[in-house]
Amino acid sequence: MTVVAFPDLIGDYTLRTVALGAAALGLVSGSLGSFAVLRKQSLLGDAISHAALPGIAIAFLLTHSKASLVLVLGAAIAGWVGTLLVMRIVGTTRVKEDSALGIVLSVFFGLGLVLLTHIQKLPDASQAGLDRFLFGQAATLLQRDVVMIAGLGSVALLVAALFWKQFKLLAFDPEFGASLGIPMRTMDVLLTSVLVLSIVIGLQTVGVVLMSAMVVAPASAARQWTDHTGKMVMLAGFFGALAGVSGAVISSLARHVPTGPTIVLCMTVLVVASILLAPNRGLVWDWVRQVRNRRRMHMEAVLGDLYALARQHGGSEHVHAAGALEALHPGAHHELLELESRGWARRTPHDEWAITPAGETQAELQGRTADEMEE
Amino acid sequence: MSEANGAPAIEVNDLTVAYREKPVLWDVDLEVPAGVLMAIVGPNGAGKSTLIKAMLGLLRPAAGQVLFFGRGYAEQRRLVAYVPQRGSVDWDFPTSVLDVVMMGRYGALGWLRRPGKRERQMALAALGQVGMEDFAGRQISQLSGGQQQRVFLARALVQDAQLYLMDEPFQGVDAKTERAIVSVLQELRRQGKTVVAVHHDLETVPEYFDRVLLLNVRRIASGPVDEVFTEENLRVTYGGRMPLLQRRSGGHLAPMAPDPASSEATAP
Repeated sequence: MTVVAFPDLIGDYTLRTVALGAAALGLVSGSLGSFAVLRKQSLLGDAISHAALPGIAIAFLLTHSKASLVLVLGAAIAGWVGTLLVMRIVGTTRVKEDSALGIVLSVFFGLGLVLLTHIQKLPDASQAGLDRFLFGQAATLLQRDVVMIAGLGSVALLVAALFWKQFKLLAFDPEFGASLGIPMRTMDVLLTSVLVLSIVIGLQTVGVVLMSAMVVAPASAARQWTDHTGKMVMLAGFFGALAGVSGAVISSLARHVPTGPTIVLCMTVLVVASILLAPNRGLVWDWVRQVRNRRRMHMEAVLGDLYALARQHGGSEHVHAAGALEALHPGAHHELLELESRGWARRTPHDEWAITPAGETQAELQGRTADEMEE
Repeated sequence: MSEANGAPAIEVNDLTVAYREKPVLWDVDLEVPAGVLMAIVGPNGAGKSTLIKAMLGLLRPAAGQVLFFGRGYAEQRRLVAYVPQRGSVDWDFPTSVLDVVMMGRYGALGWLRRPGKRERQMALAALGQVGMEDFAGRQISQLSGGQQQRVFLARALVQDAQLYLMDEPFQGVDAKTERAIVSVLQELRRQGKTVVAVHHDLETVPEYFDRVLLLNVRRIASGPVDEVFTEENLRVTYGGRMPLLQRRSGGHLAPMAPDPASSEATAP
């Protein structure tokens, strides 16, 4: 009998590094991504991560270093320039925000690809492996990378915690915030900057192509479960970390499986489960509520008919054959049993039915509510 | 009455606002004395919301100057509260009624302080003023339009300002909300505070407000309702699109069809 060993997250150095790094980046991008989602700027994450690619290439060309901090710095600058460009385009031209995001995203990403191709043709042996930034390769994470992710990530989270009030206003009602004297433009730039930070620290693991999923998906899943801003941000961070760890560990166990797509698949499971199952907002509960409502309406209709029949035939002593009721309401049998269990209808030994006094009271109540609703 | 240094609550001089060369407000002068309820009236696109936003510095005017109690807005912010149109935010935002009302204290709290017990109590009191105390813990997406409007009003009330600028507070609200807002307006006037509100329902202008600004890009007229809310001025303001109104003797305006039931319902 073969037992598939559960990955040893504590003892195995590589696995531990990968899991820690992925957890940290998922936590940070999930939490800060909540603000992007609440501000309806889901596309911004996509633009930032794609815009970061030329920054990575240029940082390498300038320094010939593959140290993560250098490359991440390049990515951050390019991502930031890309975002400012989007804001500039929207502010000074008639191009709408979604178009501006699309333009910046594709132009920067295209430039990044050109530079990467150029770098790969260089006779310099050290260039190998930069393409891991496209789809991510968690197995290449070193301990110092994890320290960097945790360090920069902490800065981003700290800023969000300090300016919690202002960021909440920015997301909910920026004009009101401005009327209070809070410099909302500065807050916008600050929030965008920490969002850039939270994105670039994930690029080595997740890759520029799919990093935006780590910004948008955890927040979308978290929104399903809670109606509270703080809880949503924390839950999004948790979802991000969970997907990050599972995806990174799975991909580092298998050979040549890029990490980005694996993490995104794990995240997809969380999102789909949340959309279906979350109470209140989940589709399954919607469906259950609909079925229940329909049942109740059928039952009330049958009770209403029993009431009307009793009125026409001289009171609640009058009984009706089940077949007659079935003719009025196909499938009434089920509803009659339900009415009986509530004590609103009674059955004679000959399978005939009559309304009970309690049922009459209920029917009158129903009638009144219906009248009120019509008013 | 605070800040009663004799200066008017609002003084607007030569205010011009343009979107891409098209003037939305043209050379508007306005003086609002402290302690009055003033309606801003005019057709769609007349620049009513723009005027309020420009006064608050939310839009950069092409020219002009706005003073609150004699000084610029940056200095007098604490004295001014803003009630935006309720359609301007996403009511599916994950937050509670109490949280939204406490946002009114964010300015006074400063940069880093979080709202605490005192802010909670102020918010609950403000919700009580608009008849929404039972909704404090409610998620905002569960509110009706009128309730949303009352929450926004409560958020401005916790600011404890001297001047309230309201953008269409009566827009599409139910009768209960309308009564609640009117009673808040009267309470504010009783306390000597000033209210300027964009208003659409011409019939209720004389009933709810004591001054009016008739606006259509330019200022058509402004002053006490008795003097300037005339058919002639309204015709100029609305051009050919004047809502149905009936002339009363003396050139003043009265509601078209006096409906005893509805006027009772809205009576103070």
